[in-house]
Amino acid sequence: MAFEYAPAPESRSIVDIKPSYGLFIDGEFVDGRGSSFKTINPATEETLAEIAEASDADVDLAVRAARRAFRGWSRLSGKERAKYLFRIARIIQERGRELAVLESIDNGKPIKESRDVDVPIVAAHFFYYAGWADKLEYAGLGPAPQPLGVAGQVIPWNFPLLMLAWKVAPALACGNTVVLKPAETTPLTALLFAEICQQADLPPGVVNIVTGAGATGQAVVAHPDVDKVAFTGSTAVGKAIARAIAGTDKKATLELGGKAANIVFDDAPIDQAVEGIVGGIFFNQGHVCCAGSRLLVQESVADEVLAKLKRRMGTLRVGDPLDKNTDIGAINSAEQLARIRELSEIGESEGAERWSPACDLPSSGFWFPPTIFTGVTQAHRIAREEVFGPVLSVLTFRTPAEAIEKANNTPYGLSAGVWTEKGSRILHMASQLRAGVVWANTFNKFDPASPFGGYKESGYGREGGRQGLAAYLKGADL
Amino acid sequence: MARIDVRKTYKLYIGGAFPRSESGHSYEVTDSKGKFVANAALASRKDVRDAVVAARKAFGSWSGRTAYNRGQILYRIAEVMEDRRPQFEEAVRQSEGGTAAAARAQVDAAVDRLVWYAGWADKLAQVVGNANPVAGPFFNHSAPEPTGVVGVLAPQGSSLLGLVSVVAPVIVTGNVAVVVSSYTRPLPAVTFSEVLATSDVPGGVVNILTGDAATLGPWLAAHMDVNAIDLAGVAGSAELATSLEVAAADNLKRVRRAPDAEPDWSADPGLGAMTAFVETKTVWHPIGV
Repeated sequence: MAFEYAPAPESRSIVDIKPSYGLFIDGEFVDGRGSSFKTINPATEETLAEIAEASDADVDLAVRAARRAFRGWSRLSGKERAKYLFRIARIIQERGRELAVLESIDNGKPIKESRDVDVPIVAAHFFYYAGWADKLEYAGLGPAPQPLGVAGQVIPWNFPLLMLAWKVAPALACGNTVVLKPAETTPLTALLFAEICQQADLPPGVVNIVTGAGATGQAVVAHPDVDKVAFTGSTAVGKAIARAIAGTDKKATLELGGKAANIVFDDAPIDQAVEGIVGGIFFNQGHVCCAGSRLLVQESVADEVLAKLKRRMGTLRVGDPLDKNTDIGAINSAEQLARIRELSEIGESEGAERWSPACDLPSSGFWFPPTIFTGVTQAHRIAREEVFGPVLSVLTFRTPAEAIEKANNTPYGLSAGVWTEKGSRILHMASQLRAGVVWANTFNKFDPASPFGGYKESGYGREGGRQGLAAYLKGADL
Repeated sequence: MARIDVRKTYKLYIGGAFPRSESGHSYEVTDSKGKFVANAALASRKDVRDAVVAARKAFGSWSGRTAYNRGQILYRIAEVMEDRRPQFEEAVRQSEGGTAAAARAQVDAAVDRLVWYAGWADKLAQVVGNANPVAGPFFNHSAPEPTGVVGVLAPQGSSLLGLVSVVAPVIVTGNVAVVVSSYTRPLPAVTFSEVLATSDVPGGVVNILTGDAATLGPWLAAHMDVNAIDLAGVAGSAELATSLEVAAADNLKRVRRAPDAEPDWSADPGLGAMTAFVETKTVWHPIGV
């Protein structure tokens, strides 16, 4: 018999959500000149707050503030900039519980992930890049590293605070100032981060946060006084940005979509591989650009792996993101839920077999059960397009060469997974897979010291590590 | 009675062979004083596509060779080029005019540049790759890998040193190249392709098309099986460069932007030409017993 868990909800009383939020420009919260929109809790559809939608004029004000602040910030010694970043890192740790709860409320992700993954890695990014601020001469990116100027940064809704940290920490460490636009469905932790900047006494204008949707993001990217564009999001928008900045001096890094192959060989430790498959696709509801959404399993163990995978999926708990036992939270928005449903229906209509464990979904909010498709071929849309949800396509292979061929048969190239006990095979597979990150006998691991980014249409540039500094320094080779 | 000289037919270099343009077109190449020198093959859209196919076919084995082996082959190119110095000096002088000494200096610099890049083959990964000390029991390591097929619009002015300066960094890192030579000064490029053909460079690793960057550039920039493009050859043509960047966005090609004006190719090249066309791959593995 299965054990029933009693609910173990995290209290949300630690979080104080204001009825409305303005923009954070030049160190102050100001009213926007544009319209406003609501951010909701995707687990309940409850309205959380009214958020200002930054107009072109607001974006212009933010860029001007960042430009003014750049003079002082870029001339500040690295040692002093580092201390501000260390302060921010410490405040993130001090307010970690508050950040985690707020992230789960606004995004729908399980509290155990926001608490144990997102927030600790966010703090780690500020610590890591704080340490680089006074050591840039030693980064191997040229002898006299100079910041680029004002960075315009546009981030997605899947890891709202983590993506902010990936972008803001290296930019500031190198002496740039930033104008950041969080996603319209998840602006709250970025606004709490603005408060953290105030608590850290960060000079006004060094970090500016403009909320809004696509039009606000476009205004940030296209602003003529923005020197550097950093974007994480869809490949379609990434291409539009690459077109928009063509012929300008703007430097860009783009972290875009993926359709990662997670490859299981017959000599893999099957139980560990099943855990890796589950983590690879169901972590963060599958809202992960590097999710292992294509399982390639060697034919000889396919039945065994599938049986174990289905059994394991039956133990996943879907529901209240604030419950500490929850494995899979809410889908971030009605729009995203509609896309996941549409692609799943296409999967069925194209002949793949759909399976989900029995699970009760809450009656309000946006939910999708963990789902696998078997009998998938490479031509199926669910095997080619990014679903960005808890949906796994299962394909099989016979030889390593076939696995490589199938894994690389995609316009994307962000990540890949390999499961085998044979060391020489791991090294061979790792060298043949056209992907920026290869996880061998593990999956979905992130660390500020580890460069992350894609090949092919998964975008260009790297975030994390010393490679992540190159994106924010003039003439840096790499 | 005076001997009638045997004139050379200047052809394209695709997949290790020397075809004429499939279009049947050629164009007049004149020397720096406007005197007729040769009819060079005028590459077409189809020639670009054939060259991309040849390059893609060569990529797997070229990128899979050891860095040491690629370095040896680049050095071999320099050796063969050194051996044919008079021919290159003549070609450069015909193309660019100037003194014999200036042509000689350019050939010297081109050979030296090849030797310089040859030495980078087995060092770049040590300089731009590294181990990453992550917070957990993992082996974590980042290394550069070639991005794939690189379209190269070679400089219009510097017919040999400029050409070598954009081709060598692409291939030394394991990429393969489809090169459009200087339009008005293509002869050193054709001679260079004859050197490549006899220097152990596998067919398809470098493909050289003589033709117009403004005509061929858009086909290269829009080709979905080209992974990156170097716009050196459209320096100063801001409008064209912008349109090529826009076309390159369709498959998120890596772009090395066109400079405002053709740079001084004799300056220290730095790492930028090599790192523009490599990807950083990071591999994670658990550590345990």
